[in-house]
Amino acid sequence: MTAFLPVRGPGDRLTRLFWQRPALLLGLMLAPPLLWLGLVYLGSLAALLVQSFYAIDEFSGLVVPEFTLKTYAELFRAQNLDILMRTLLMSASVTLGCAVLAFPIAWYAARHARGAWKAAFYLGVMLPLWSSYLVKVYAWKLILAKEGIIGWAAGATGTTPILEAVLAVPGIGGNSLSTSYIGTWMVFVYVWLPYMILPMQAALERVPASMLEASADLGATRGQTFRNVVLPLAMPGVIAGSIFTFSLTMGDYIIPQIIGTSARFIGQAVYQLQGTAGNLPLAAAFAVVPILVMLVYLALARRAGAFDAL
Amino acid sequence: MRFDRPSFGLKLAAIGGLAFLHLPILLIFLYAFTTEERTYAFPPPGLTTQWFAVAWNRADIWPPLYLSLRVAAISTALAMVLGTLVAGAMAQARFFGREQISLLIILPIALPGVITGMSLRSAFAIMEIPFSTWTIVLGHATFCIVIVYNNAVARLRRLSGAITEASADLGANAFQTFRHVLLPNLGSALLAGGMLAFALSFDEVIVTTFTAGQQSTLPIWMLNELVRPRQRPVTNVVAMVVFVVTFVPILLAYYLTRGGADTAGGGK
Amino acid sequence: MTSAVEFLNVSRHFGAVAAVDGVDLTIAEGSFFAMLGPSGSGKTTCLRLISGFEKPSGGEIRIFGAEVGRVPPHLRNVNTVFQDYALFPHMSVLDNVAYGLMVKGVGRRERLRRAEEMLALVKLEGYGARKPAQLSGGQRQRVALARALVNEPRVLLLDEPLGALDLKLREAMQDELKALQQRLGITFVFVTHDQHEALSMADTVAVFNQGKIAQVGRPTDVYARPRTRFVADFVGSSNVLEPAMTKALGGPEAWASLRPEAVRLVPWNKSDLRGSVTALRYLGSAMRVTVILPFGTLSVLVPAGMPMPQMGDSVGLILASNGLHVMEEA
Repeated sequence: MTAFLPVRGPGDRLTRLFWQRPALLLGLMLAPPLLWLGLVYLGSLAALLVQSFYAIDEFSGLVVPEFTLKTYAELFRAQNLDILMRTLLMSASVTLGCAVLAFPIAWYAARHARGAWKAAFYLGVMLPLWSSYLVKVYAWKLILAKEGIIGWAAGATGTTPILEAVLAVPGIGGNSLSTSYIGTWMVFVYVWLPYMILPMQAALERVPASMLEASADLGATRGQTFRNVVLPLAMPGVIAGSIFTFSLTMGDYIIPQIIGTSARFIGQAVYQLQGTAGNLPLAAAFAVVPILVMLVYLALARRAGAFDAL
Repeated sequence: MRFDRPSFGLKLAAIGGLAFLHLPILLIFLYAFTTEERTYAFPPPGLTTQWFAVAWNRADIWPPLYLSLRVAAISTALAMVLGTLVAGAMAQARFFGREQISLLIILPIALPGVITGMSLRSAFAIMEIPFSTWTIVLGHATFCIVIVYNNAVARLRRLSGAITEASADLGANAFQTFRHVLLPNLGSALLAGGMLAFALSFDEVIVTTFTAGQQSTLPIWMLNELVRPRQRPVTNVVAMVVFVVTFVPILLAYYLTRGGADTAGGGK
Repeated sequence: MTSAVEFLNVSRHFGAVAAVDGVDLTIAEGSFFAMLGPSGSGKTTCLRLISGFEKPSGGEIRIFGAEVGRVPPHLRNVNTVFQDYALFPHMSVLDNVAYGLMVKGVGRRERLRRAEEMLALVKLEGYGARKPAQLSGGQRQRVALARALVNEPRVLLLDEPLGALDLKLREAMQDELKALQQRLGITFVFVTHDQHEALSMADTVAVFNQGKIAQVGRPTDVYARPRTRFVADFVGSSNVLEPAMTKALGGPEAWASLRPEAVRLVPWNKSDLRGSVTALRYLGSAMRVTVILPFGTLSVLVPAGMPMPQMGDSVGLILASNGLHVMEEA
């Protein structure tokens, strides 16, 4: 027996090379994914940015590849500002709705569900999260249609006047739920709800039960404990979840297209401008807005410690 | 006052919330059997199974289905290779730029799909690349990488790092270690990641509308039907198919990664 | 006799930290060599330098006289028993043990036969079909041992292999390992932070401190004649005497160590060396008595069965004639 084993072939020789130069193996492993993400993704983002600094020639309708801020100036036209404000307001209210609805589910799953129930809750949140987005949106079209299940339920229970009163609220009401802001909001909340539940549950699971008992021992009422102990501790989870709900609402163009009024959101503007309108530069400039909003949002969230809850 | 016993109200709110997440999907199933063709009347005036046959015979459904399957298969394969590579690299060493790389991987799903879509659309326009199956794949593979990566990295974290050293110590070269030690331990996590990536790609519509041009994937076909409905129950039948094609891999992925903190899909 | 492992001025730096700092070391073939030291002293890094999972920043390492600079771990005829055993969770116990033979291309029948033999050697016959998760800590330890030994390594490296076991099992395994080593004649290199383990099992002990070897020698030498204060402190529980105290006890004016068992307690009028008892600590087989003297304190070990002093008692002390050991280095 010798101190060393013989080299048996190219596998051994390569292994030796990797052992002598660990950076080589690392480089070989990282090169394909980084090339892909760098070229395809970052390259595209750069293209988006470049495109947004172009402008469209008003007579020919063709893109003029020259640097200009004209396109960004167009964002500040009243109708475009409306689109931006409408989208931000909707994103904020959807986030709020998700946070309120998610809390009891996350709280129950984190603190009370055990064993099989815990698994059921997990799957119960995970399946809607992953199941087809379009199918979910479509389901709501069925529910919210004038002749749909909600109208039927309201008729069956004699609450049609209440429904009509809600729909008559100026600004957010409409002809039916499927053509009102309320409807758009409901579907957004439904579709993004799991994205709020999961990080919130993760944050709540980290609250030690002893801390709640300590608060109770010190004489706090249930409400005080909730306000002063539970809420601050759940906050990183809420912020983490809100990153998703806010970002996803801001970029969506299918839900408001299928359920809601004819007023446009950022996503729709981008979609229509790049498609039928053929104004790629303005579409790009519109798409840059959510990026900027999210960068600010992420910076604030990082400061609030939300990334620990992701 | 105690926190160890849920109040009735809490229980009701929690279970009601879960039901809220699931009931709409069941409705899709119900409407696939309705006899009413033009409206979404509830309750359905009657039930029939004729729409399955009608859907089967509609020629305009099959090409989008094939395209969706092809795109999902190619994107998943690409994402599995790229995601596994980057997970392996991230697990083996601390190096300069680690944080930036993990941000870069997550970015495609952290930013709204409309941005990814519009970015790719801009790039295709500037580089004058014509739309094809591959332009769709470019987008899908990009946001699928993170799905595979998340699953692989979570499993690698749970594996004792010493087992690859043990393998080398016992005389295995890098390729033998990969084949006999790493792959068997990583396999189910990769499979789960692959299935989730497939489900995500098969169902994706937002990025796809920007990268497909005149082509139609099944979700795009559905979107068109939603905007301009023809035979509404047929759309329901297709929605059911889409739901099942995504649901089964998700469920399988869950069972493949069960029992760890790394259960699949935590960060879609 | 050839040396199994040689370190010539070996260093290993991690950034600005020198985990191993200019170590010279010779491990004789067939010996049971212990690397003893507190955590972070460089002993585990030395082990990983031998197996190849670390590369030296400077110096030279030889295994059986051959320089290892270009030899990756998998080609070194050296095997390791890892601290947490690192068994392959997806393989049966038998496949775990046969793994080294499989990757070297030994046929299935032959490698399973040899793996069975190895399992018998570590007293695990009949456990081959189980998965590692179905074994107890002690059994996993034996599997790890069998998995390494089946390759017939020339050097077996053991990284705190008994650390995770409870006291009783640990003592039994110490005896077994020692017996196994003597039977197989393989060089064992053993890393531990437990001085009892090192002293009871090894032929040679190297005491590590801050990346350097403080002392190498036979256990009895290291125990009785520590070279530095660190060794005296770490190996056993000696009294470390300042130069003035050494002088007062009749030695030269230099740092010295005095083993607690080298001091005997007598009635106070039977010795000129007197003090009073300030602390008592019962150790089962003995009592550790702390005595305060005019020039310092001493620990004394009184075996069970001897007359025991009480707190505050005045006592006399008598030093064994060779009890005082003057150290080379402060």
